Amino acid sequence: MKFVQNIFDKTRPLVEKDGKRNILYPLHNALETMAFVPDHTTHSGAHVRDAIDLKRTMVTVIFAMVPALLFGMWNIGRLHFAAIGEEATLFDSFLFGALKMLPLITVTYAAGLGVEIFFSWKRNHPVNEGFLVSGLLIPMIMPVDTPLWMVAVSTIFAVLIGKEVFGGTGMNLLNPALTARAFAFFAYPTWMSGDQVWVNTTGGETVDGYSGATALGDLATTTGLGLDDPATDAVMAQFGVGGDYSLMNAFFGLIPGSIGETSAFLILLGGLYLVFKGVGSWKIMLSFFIGGFVMAGIFNLFAVNEFMGLNPLHQLMLGGFMFGMVFMATDPVSAAQTETGKYIYGFLAGFFGIMIRVFNPAYPEGIMLAILFMNVMAPLIDYYVVEANIKRRAKRIVNA
Amino acid sequence: MSQTFKIRKGYDIKLMGRASSEDLGQYNAPTYAVSPLDFPGITPKLAVKAGSKVLAGDTLFFDKDRPEVKICAPVSGEVAEIKRGAKRKILAVLLLADSETSYAKHGAFDLKNGDRNAAAAHFSNTGVGAFITTRPYGVAASMNEQPRDIFVNGIQSGPLNGDLATQLAFKGEAVQAAISALTLMTTGKVFVSQDADLPEVTELQGLHGASYIKFSGRHPKGLVGTQIAKVAPINKGEVVWTVNAIDLPTIGRAFLSGEYAPEYKVAITGSKSTNTGYMTMIQGVNLKDFTSKHIDSENTRLIAGDVLTGTQVASDGFLSFGKAQLTAIPEGNQTEFFGWVLPGFGKFSTNRAFWGWLFPNREYDLNTNMHGEERAFVVSGEYEKFIPMDIFPQQLLRSILIRDIEKMEQLGIYEVVPEDFAIAEVACTSKLPLQQIVRDGLNDLRKEMM
Repeated sequence: MKFVQNIFDKTRPLVEKDGKRNILYPLHNALETMAFVPDHTTHSGAHVRDAIDLKRTMVTVIFAMVPALLFGMWNIGRLHFAAIGEEATLFDSFLFGALKMLPLITVTYAAGLGVEIFFSWKRNHPVNEGFLVSGLLIPMIMPVDTPLWMVAVSTIFAVLIGKEVFGGTGMNLLNPALTARAFAFFAYPTWMSGDQVWVNTTGGETVDGYSGATALGDLATTTGLGLDDPATDAVMAQFGVGGDYSLMNAFFGLIPGSIGETSAFLILLGGLYLVFKGVGSWKIMLSFFIGGFVMAGIFNLFAVNEFMGLNPLHQLMLGGFMFGMVFMATDPVSAAQTETGKYIYGFLAGFFGIMIRVFNPAYPEGIMLAILFMNVMAPLIDYYVVEANIKRRAKRIVNA
Repeated sequence: MSQTFKIRKGYDIKLMGRASSEDLGQYNAPTYAVSPLDFPGITPKLAVKAGSKVLAGDTLFFDKDRPEVKICAPVSGEVAEIKRGAKRKILAVLLLADSETSYAKHGAFDLKNGDRNAAAAHFSNTGVGAFITTRPYGVAASMNEQPRDIFVNGIQSGPLNGDLATQLAFKGEAVQAAISALTLMTTGKVFVSQDADLPEVTELQGLHGASYIKFSGRHPKGLVGTQIAKVAPINKGEVVWTVNAIDLPTIGRAFLSGEYAPEYKVAITGSKSTNTGYMTMIQGVNLKDFTSKHIDSENTRLIAGDVLTGTQVASDGFLSFGKAQLTAIPEGNQTEFFGWVLPGFGKFSTNRAFWGWLFPNREYDLNTNMHGEERAFVVSGEYEKFIPMDIFPQQLLRSILIRDIEKMEQLGIYEVVPEDFAIAEVACTSKLPLQQIVRDGLNDLRKEMM
C-alpha cells in the first residue's frame, strides 16, 4: 500500500499550515487516517491500547444499518411498480430504489461533511467520525421523493445547530439525524407527511384502489370515530390477517414509510448485532420497547377509537418505532450517560413516542419528537442519578 | 477469619512474555540514579551536591514543603551529577557507586517499646517513609499525618506482574518488622490484602498486627484503590496510607538493622525480553548492560513496572523507584492499512467490536500503538466496566476537566489515584489520557487544599 501512502505524503505539504490549500487539511487528515490507522504511539499513561477507536464504533453501526438500508431500497422500487401496476423483478425494484437512494446519501454526506470539515478547519481539530452514521441515518428516515436540496438544507441545519454550535461530536444535546428530520418535518410539512410522499409514482398512472398512505396515516383517519364504528371497517381490515398492514407485513417491512424504517425484522437484526458487538446499549433498546409496549397496552385497555385499540405489538411495528429504538435512541452522546439513567430514558422515550403518535395524529412522527424530547431530558435524568451517588457518599461521612 | 471480596468488574490483559521462574542472578552497574519525577507531589530540595560522598541511606533530596519527606541514596558512593532540565528542574541525582556498599548508621529500632514519634522519625530518616503513599492525592506520605488505616497491597494481578511469593521468598523476618512498624503509625488497622486465586504467600501469613482481606476475580483486584473501596472507602477529610507488600522487606530491614537497602527480585517480562525470569537489582541501577544482554532492543519500549502504570525507561536508563518489574514490548510506530474496518481476528480489544474476542485466553504481543486518534467523550458506560468502585468515572473526569473542585469532591476524587483509571484508559474508545487527567485533578485539588 506504499503508493497510497505516497499520494498522502506528496499532497501533505499543500494542505499543511502554510500550504496553499490549508482549508483541506481536515479532509486530508480524515482520508489519511481512514486509509491508515496512524502510527501514533502512547506517550502518557497506559502503554498499550485497545484496538477500538471511534471509527470502528461508527463503522459497526453502519454495518448494522445495511440490511435495513438494502431492504428499504428494494421496498421503494416494489411499492413504485405496484402503484403504477407494472410487473417488476426483484432486481428491477432494487435498482429503482438504489437509484433513488444513492443521490440522497451522496447529498447528505456532501452537505454534512462540508460543514464538519469547515468547522474542523476553523477549530483546528480532526474531522469527527460521528457524521459517518448521521449521514446514513438521515436519508433512511426521509420519504423517497424528498427533493435533494431539502435534504441538504436539513442536513446542514442539523450539523450546524444540532451539533457544531455545541462543540461538535460528543458535545451535542440532540441527535443530529433526528434534528434533520424534525427540521424537514416542520419546515416542509407537505413533503414529509400525508399520502403523496411515501411512494414514487412517476412514469405511470396509479392503479385503481391505490392510496399511497402509510399505516399510521390511515389509522389517524379513525380517531374521530368510535370503537367498532362501521366507517372504520375498511381501514381496519387492512390491519387484519391478509391486509396490507397486517402484523406480518409490518414486521417484515412490506409497507410504505420512510426509506429505512419499515422492516422491523431487519432493524432488530441490526440491533442484535449492535448489542452483541457491545456498541449499542441493550438497556436503552429493551426499556424503550417496554415503554412503548406499556403505553400501547394502556391505550388498548382503555381504547375509545381504533387507533388506541390496535394490538400493542402491532402498534410497535409501525412507523419509526423500531428504527428509533435501535438506531436513534441509542446514540450514546444524546442519550442518558448513566447506566440507571438509560433505563429511565429508554422507557420514557418509548412511552411518550406512542403517546404522541396516538393522541395527536397530526404528528405520526411521535417517535422522533419523543426521542428529541428525551434527548433534552437526558441530562436531567443523569443529574438525579449522579446526585443519588453524591448523597450516598455524603451520608458516609455523617455516619462515620 | 478474613473476608473474601469478589471483583467482577475489570479485565485481565493477557500478554506474552510472563516471567519464567528462572533466577537470573544479581545485577550491578557502576552508576545509579534517583529521580524526583518518580515522586508526584514533591518539590525536590537537594541535600547533596555534585562531588558529595554519600552512604546508602543518606538523604539526597527532600520535599520543600514537607521536609520530613526524604528520599535517600540506594547505594554508597559519590554524587556524580545533578541532571537538570528546563528551568533548572531537577531530573535526577546520578551516583557513582562504591564497589562495596556501606550503609549510613541509623541504628536498629526497638519495635517492642518504640512509640509513634520515634517510629515516624525512623521512617523519615532511613528513607523508607517514601514507600508509603498517601490517599487522597496519591503522593509520598508525610510521617506527620495521622492515617485512618494502612493498606498493605499483597496482590500483584496486573499484566505480567511478577509472582509475589518468589519475590518475597525468605524475607519473612523483615516483613514482620515492617508490619510492626506500620502498626505504630496508625490507631486504625493495618490491612494486608491477599490474592484468593493464588497459593498463599508464606511470608505474608500470620503476621502480628495485620488484618487480612482477600480478593478474587479480575484485575484491578491488585490495585489498592479497589481494595480500599471494598473494605472502607475514603471520605473527605480522611487519610489512608498504602504500601506495596514488595517494599516490606526494605522497610523491615531499615527497622531491624537501620540499613536502607532497596533491593528487589525484579520480574523481567515482556515479549521483547530474550530471558524472562527474576533478577536481583538495587533500585535506581543503570540498565544499560542489562538491556544489551536481556532485551531485544530493536524498536522496543522498556517499561519499569507494568504496561498499565509503568514508566518508560530509556535502554540506558535507570530502574525507577519502587518498581520490581521490567516489561519490554514492541513499539507500535507503524501504520495499518484500513485497520479499523478489518474483522480483526487477531486484535486485542476489551469489547467485541473486533473478532479477537473469540479467543479469550490468547496471549497477545501488544505494541504501543494508539490504534486511533484522540476524540471527545462519545461512548458512555465504558469506564464503569473496569472500575469496581461506587463512583461515576466519566462524570468525575468531566468535573476535573472543567476544574470544578466542589464537584470533584462530591464525585469521589478522594477515593482514586491515576492507576485506578488505567484499564479504562486502555479500553477508552476516544483514546483520552485518563490517568493524566486524574493526576492533574489531584494536583489541582491538593494546591487548593494546601
